[in-house]
Amino acid sequence: MLEVFVFSTLNGLVTGLLLFMLASGLTLIFSMMGVLNFAHASFYMLGAYFAYSISLKLGFWAGLLIAPLLVGAFGALVERYALRRVHAHGHVAELVFTFGLAFLVEEAVQFFWGADTKNYQSPDLLNFPLFTLFGQEFSAYRGFMITISVGIFLALYYMLTRSRIGIIIQAAITHPHTVANLGHNVPLIFMAVFGVGTALAGVAGVIAGPVLTTFPGMAVVLGSIVFVIVVIGGLGSLGGAFVASLMIGLLQSYAIASNLGMPDLLNWLGLEFSRDHPLNDLWTLTLPQIAPVLPFLLLVLVLIFRPTGLAGKREE
Amino acid sequence: MGKFAAWAGYLVVLLGLPQLFDSVLAITIFNQMAIAIVFALSYNMLLGQGGMLSFGHAVYFGLGGFMAVHALVMIEFETVYFSITLIPLVGGLIGLIAAVFVGSFSTHKAGTVFAMISLGIGELMAASSLIFVSFFGGEAGVSADRTFGPPFFGIEFFQDVEIYYLSAGWVFVATAFMYLFTQTPAGRMANAVRDNPERAEFIGYSARRVRFISFCTSGFFAGVAGGLFALNYEFITEENLNAVTSGRVLLMAYIGGLGYFIGPIIGAVVLTLMNSLLSNYTELWMLYLGMMFVLTVLFLPRGFAGFIMMHQTAWLRGKLSSLFLPYLITGMPAIIFGGSILAAIEMLHHEGEPFGFLFINLDSGNTLHWLALTAFAAASYYACRRSLGQLNAAWEEANRVGDPTEGGPG
Repeated sequence: MLEVFVFSTLNGLVTGLLLFMLASGLTLIFSMMGVLNFAHASFYMLGAYFAYSISLKLGFWAGLLIAPLLVGAFGALVERYALRRVHAHGHVAELVFTFGLAFLVEEAVQFFWGADTKNYQSPDLLNFPLFTLFGQEFSAYRGFMITISVGIFLALYYMLTRSRIGIIIQAAITHPHTVANLGHNVPLIFMAVFGVGTALAGVAGVIAGPVLTTFPGMAVVLGSIVFVIVVIGGLGSLGGAFVASLMIGLLQSYAIASNLGMPDLLNWLGLEFSRDHPLNDLWTLTLPQIAPVLPFLLLVLVLIFRPTGLAGKREE
Repeated sequence: MGKFAAWAGYLVVLLGLPQLFDSVLAITIFNQMAIAIVFALSYNMLLGQGGMLSFGHAVYFGLGGFMAVHALVMIEFETVYFSITLIPLVGGLIGLIAAVFVGSFSTHKAGTVFAMISLGIGELMAASSLIFVSFFGGEAGVSADRTFGPPFFGIEFFQDVEIYYLSAGWVFVATAFMYLFTQTPAGRMANAVRDNPERAEFIGYSARRVRFISFCTSGFFAGVAGGLFALNYEFITEENLNAVTSGRVLLMAYIGGLGYFIGPIIGAVVLTLMNSLLSNYTELWMLYLGMMFVLTVLFLPRGFAGFIMMHQTAWLRGKLSSLFLPYLITGMPAIIFGGSILAAIEMLHHEGEPFGFLFINLDSGNTLHWLALTAFAAASYYACRRSLGQLNAAWEEANRVGDPTEGGPG
């Protein structure tokens, strides 16, 4: 029991931190532009595919360096030449545009790389068990994933709250006109933040690709979950996104590892239903079965009872 | 009188189409169009008229469709006895019930909160449809046979064309009711709440209640579309209530043009045609669809209908003909440019093998072909950019208000 608990905690942490890398960029972009970027997970997918192509020629580490830069540059271009244009037509148009972009990126990825799963491998350097616990190995690559994610969180937090650039960004989010009057190029700041946010998603893609498999559907798999995190954490809140990422990561991991379900509950209640009962599917439901749905259930509940999320500000 | 003519024309087109094109493929496409039109119109009721962006509209379509298939099965086993012509109503009622339930908590706010709740509900339903196998039939879905019901004036609906006429009738009725809804106080207030909920509250309407009414009506018509789907295909799978279907209806409504009643109809027709015809010619049609969608959002924010309506001023002033030549001068190179881009994409796709593109044979191994293509693209792009100024000037001229030669008030 204990070993299951320890391992699902570790796996939950890996997933949660990975989700945070996506959520941090998304929430930053939201607080800046006031629009949820539906295509955020597409940048994550692009990161994985770029890194795959680079790793074939130059190896994994070059991919880790170059792919996020490419993704960030692409993100900045999207902001400069498309989002800024759509911005004039209002928020719905922006949201719809990012939705269309996500669709287009998925098709483009299939066009350039094909619909099959790519054999993107973690580097040999990290292909050893970091430690062995209860007879199970914890791979060094997962440890590496945790290190990178925590490092990014700390760097981002430090940059946003302690550095001069961070203060200007924060000011540009709340008072763009004042910041512009002080002589800063606000559109450039927006473009840069969008670029950095998408580059972060790219990093997540580079390091998640080998573990979560690199295939054209990988953006869809994570896309809506990241949305859930950002909303549950409170739109625009970095700390909230961090807590929510870990929460969702752990929740899913525990739900998958547990073997509890409705039969146990019915036993405990002393109820019994025959197999022919019309609601048989409901009475045999187990936690691992509904693990993928839990984040969405949480999302709907949070939105109904606390629409501002865990750490969000009250809407004006 | 003009309105009456428009509706009569709509009915004539709906009923006349199978007379003009009577191949099996055409009837299949018309049936798909009928479903898409009702579905897209119901979506526009939410987004275009009510300002509620939904990412889970397929839930009501799918639930309506599933219940409709189950109703068909019940008719087959004589659990219930009624004509299958009423099946869309069954779908509609289920859509309505689901919408009443979801709307009771999701219409509190519009904007991001509503969009996120709709996304969550959509994912929840999609996942549940795979868990509750006895109702949703798992990945295989559920199927039925529509021909066991009592005949409707001697028609037993063995053939698709008979279903088309039934669908056409339902499409006409549904379109008429959805149009009438926009004319009711509830429909007018939906527009008001979309534009400024605060003011609407000040004149005494509850924004939430207005949204709730739109939401439920929209759910009802989505369910009707689901019922039509069930009648046409006689089976339905979980794919019909997941995010892909929700995304497709958003695409249709947006490309057609939000905010215009006719917009979603155009979108539904165009997308169905692309879906069925383009997929015969190229494997990349989904890529083209994505490109078209993104370009529409970027350059035609009000969709195809918006583009047509842009010319209203010029038409009323009788100056539409003055735009014809500038359009031709800019449009021809633009089409050639688009064509060469598409040719380049196809050449990349058909690497190493010759293939036919429109009326030309292209081979990606041939450097000459690449050079010619680049030259074509560059020349047409240049011509397009050159003539854009002329088009702009003509446009200004045709739309200028208070033309001195007309003597109207400035």
